[in-house]
Amino acid sequence: MRSDYVLKLLESGERVDGRKMDEFRDIKLETGIIKRAEGSARVKIGKTDVIVGVKMDLGEPFSDIPDMGVLRTGAEFTPIASPDFESGPPGEDATELARVVDRGIRESESIDLEKLCLKEGEKVWTVFVDVHIINHDGNLIDASTLAAFAALKTAKIPKLEKDKIVRDELEKKLPISHEPVTITVGKISDKFLIDLTKEEEEVLDSKLSIAIREDGKVCAMQKSGNLSLKVEDAEKMIDLAIKKSKDIRKFL
Amino acid sequence: MVMKTKEKLIVKGKRLDGRKPDELREIEMKVGVIPNANGSAQVRFGNTVAIAGVYGPRIAHPRHLQKHDRAILKCRYNMAPFSVEDRARPGPSRRSKEITKVTRLALEPALFLKDYPKTAIEIYIEILQADGSTRVTGINAASLALADAGVPMKDLVVALSGGKIDDTLILDLCGKEDNYSEADIPCALMPRRKEITLLQMDGRLMPEEVKTIIKNVLKAGEEVYKKQKEALKEKYGK
Repeated sequence: MRSDYVLKLLESGERVDGRKMDEFRDIKLETGIIKRAEGSARVKIGKTDVIVGVKMDLGEPFSDIPDMGVLRTGAEFTPIASPDFESGPPGEDATELARVVDRGIRESESIDLEKLCLKEGEKVWTVFVDVHIINHDGNLIDASTLAAFAALKTAKIPKLEKDKIVRDELEKKLPISHEPVTITVGKISDKFLIDLTKEEEEVLDSKLSIAIREDGKVCAMQKSGNLSLKVEDAEKMIDLAIKKSKDIRKFL
Repeated sequence: MVMKTKEKLIVKGKRLDGRKPDELREIEMKVGVIPNANGSAQVRFGNTVAIAGVYGPRIAHPRHLQKHDRAILKCRYNMAPFSVEDRARPGPSRRSKEITKVTRLALEPALFLKDYPKTAIEIYIEILQADGSTRVTGINAASLALADAGVPMKDLVVALSGGKIDDTLILDLCGKEDNYSEADIPCALMPRRKEITLLQMDGRLMPEEVKTIIKNVLKAGEEVYKKQKEALKEKYGK
């Protein structure tokens, strides 16, 4: 079986596509690809293809933080992206992806949400970040976070006229204060891998996604996968993610 | 969460509820609280209360869900509408969907699913009262409920949160600390093997602080582990 082949190769220290354990596939990043969106980006990592669109709207703030704009992140596993995806409301995995992407952006304090407040307690900008998977060949978390942040970084706030949005006139840039990058490290038996393909993800023991800010702070983590992790493994994965975050950061 | 408070969360070395930074809240655990379930438990950490029930292993339905070589693990984390300050709307939220997934993955490594082909082991967690660290409280209750149901386990799964407030590393965050913390790290582990089964984080920490918190949780997990074993002994005798 294919999974046995993947595992057997890994045992001898090789990956199916010939990459090193800590090597990314080719990464392509384009921004401003959706004219209708206030910000957008498309990221391809190998055959994985993700589009993120940012839309902005006026809304009410949360009552416990009345002076801050609102960030909402969604993710859809569109059925075009994989034979395993089905249409319907977001399932467990899509929900997890959206929340992990959201946490990386939110907890890094990348968007200066205070500057998105128009009238305290009444009117703020809501920033919608929507992740659309176009083709799934693994590592959706890293690809989606990169696309989401690239889209936000290039997003512009629409013009307001008498409290109404003028959609076709974009004004100033979305205020950005930090730059998060998320790196997922997978563990398969005793090997630590970066940028797993879908067939590698199918045999992985566990993985840890780590969001890292430009100042070296860790902002979010998420362990996934069916097996447990030794404490030393978790530490190694954090260190490897920090090291590899530089490879991704250069795209921003 | 990005929230700001002018209020100090630690005054003269004491937290809002009078605890020291590394002190856990009062913990109460009881096994066998739902007569209809094969196994059940209620766990309280301060004002956070979770109750868990386990059904199975029993034949999985509908049949297409059955796996010929192992049991499937079904799980649900749910917040009772009255468990929080503003009523929570019943039904799955995005948050509870994600927590359901990480809870399942936190418990799965402790089980021998291959010993029960075609069956389902079902774990239902209800948060009755929420005051921070609800997912880890739910995992503690679920671990006990699994043991109470007689499901063989490699080890009990012990869960605890760690974090940082007012520049101080702490354990077992209560609701207010959770809202205003600089970081929050929910963890679950199998203490005997010193292995992690749940690890999440949000906030802002230097990598070394992350590692220290994980080690602190591992150490303090022993106390929670002891409570779990006591709760089981309470029901099943010496």
